[in-house]
Amino acid sequence: MPGRARFAFTALAFGYAFLYLPIALVIVYSFNESRLVTVWAGFSTKWWSALFANEAMLSAAWLSLRIALVSATVAAVIGLAAGYVLARVPRFFGRTLFGSLVIAPMVMPEVVMGISMLLLFVGSDQLVGWPVRGFLTITIAHITFSVAFVAVVVQARLSDFDRSLEEAAMDLGATPWTTFRTITLPLIAPAVGSGWLLAFTLSLDDLILTQFVAGAQSETLPMRVYSSVRLGVDPQINALATIIVIVAACALIFSGWLTRRKA
Amino acid sequence: MSAQPIVSIAGVSKHFGAVAAVDGVDLDIRRGELFALLGGSGCGKTTLLRMIAGFETPDTGRILIDGQDMTGVPPHRRPVNMMFQSYALFPHMDVAENVGYGLRREGLPANEISRRVGEALDQVRLGDHGKRRPAQLSGGQRQRVALARALIKRPKLLLLDEPLAALDRKLREGTRFELVRLQEQLGLTFIMVTHDQEEAMSMAGRLAVMNEGRIAQVGTPHEVYEHPRSRFVADFIGIANILPVDGGRAWLALRPEKIGLFAARPNTDHAEQGRIVDVAYEGDRSLYRVGLLDGSMLLVSTANVARAPREPWPRGQEVWLGWAGDAGQRLDE
Repeated sequence: MPGRARFAFTALAFGYAFLYLPIALVIVYSFNESRLVTVWAGFSTKWWSALFANEAMLSAAWLSLRIALVSATVAAVIGLAAGYVLARVPRFFGRTLFGSLVIAPMVMPEVVMGISMLLLFVGSDQLVGWPVRGFLTITIAHITFSVAFVAVVVQARLSDFDRSLEEAAMDLGATPWTTFRTITLPLIAPAVGSGWLLAFTLSLDDLILTQFVAGAQSETLPMRVYSSVRLGVDPQINALATIIVIVAACALIFSGWLTRRKA
Repeated sequence: MSAQPIVSIAGVSKHFGAVAAVDGVDLDIRRGELFALLGGSGCGKTTLLRMIAGFETPDTGRILIDGQDMTGVPPHRRPVNMMFQSYALFPHMDVAENVGYGLRREGLPANEISRRVGEALDQVRLGDHGKRRPAQLSGGQRQRVALARALIKRPKLLLLDEPLAALDRKLREGTRFELVRLQEQLGLTFIMVTHDQEEAMSMAGRLAVMNEGRIAQVGTPHEVYEHPRSRFVADFIGIANILPVDGGRAWLALRPEKIGLFAARPNTDHAEQGRIVDVAYEGDRSLYRVGLLDGSMLLVSTANVARAPREPWPRGQEVWLGWAGDAGQRLDE
């Protein structure tokens, strides 16, 4: 190997090591015999069994998964509509304001969003007795900030969309709605799909906003992990992290496959 | 041919911001003809076509298709189909699904759709390509799919936006004849937009030359070429020498091929003396720039009938030019 190539290869190896060695170690130590996460004492799957017997952790994971599924799906629908309007309607009253408001949650500090939503939900609960803080309030909060991400992805995709495809469909007798259903939506589906995945992952690991709007009985996975880490870590956390890494990797591969299938 | 025009455009204007894309156009298209809208870029020809299809709304005026006022009628309810310049084939559908799209919108039974799609694909010689994706086709094949898709609903009127622009030169020539043959066979009305005057001249029965949103002249290719009504038309279609006559109050448009080159003073109605300034040898013909004694310049083209000599009139040669009294078209504007 020539000198320059060797240098480049070494730099690359260090870069990857910096990013992925910690994750690899987390996975390896989930099979550690010892209770101490830093000392290797032999292979064991006991922390995996402990994790699958850990009711609190499992119910937190189940709650997070339900919230992520619902909020990502609702956010995908609303974000699709918002992105479509931003890309396609050149002028309407309050367009600039609408455009800024849609993306505002991306840059808004989560603490600010959290406190304002908490005040809203508390006020509403006092006035009309609804909504009770828990699954519903967390889901609404997650939808609020993930809509922005879907809208941005959809808008970007539509801005380089060949309009003559839609015109051709209408020319062949398709109503505007049929055109959207049979031409526009199938062609921007990869963008909506990656927006959904983005919303899903954002919801799954959100901690700050969730803590503001969660009720006493509702504990999501990040909240559970955070509180158990404060009590002292055991390798169950490593096992959990391993599962999350695998799920994330699958999502990434799936999203890549969606994009490639389009091209 | 019925007396009522298939398309009747009356006083149609369209502005984009402060720019008048189409400015007070009146035009009748006859049933069963191949009509070409010809003009440079930005002359309004595409906007006019898109208003017939329903993609743009006229600011003023009316468009009647087959006697019916199209004001407020959306594109999907017009008895018109269009072939797009980019072809606009749906990339997520195969060729058969593309061609059958219009029939599926009508809710026809599946077996009738597949029968008619098969016929339409046979008609454009793509019978065994139904399962291919548009991305797997050549440019010429894509053009034929777009044509089949636009014709399958048997529209009263087919609009073609630069139908040959995306094809390479060799393929374009053959496709011209194929489109004309198809139009005659089906007895349909075609309206074609093109910037290529050769294309418009060779294909269209009648054509309209457009300039700055207005129609400069309507007529058969022969009328427009031999009897241009304005300096713009004379200059835009083919090559024309435009000479001032009557002391500059009018002009004469004189085509280069109407002028003869002679060694001695010819016995024609008009004769001028000059010197060859430039020669462009184009194989089938040569184009000469001839400087006259008064300093003006005339273009003369001669067919190279004999194989030799290569340059019958070399540069610098003193020549006589002659043309008949009715060789040119007098222009008052």
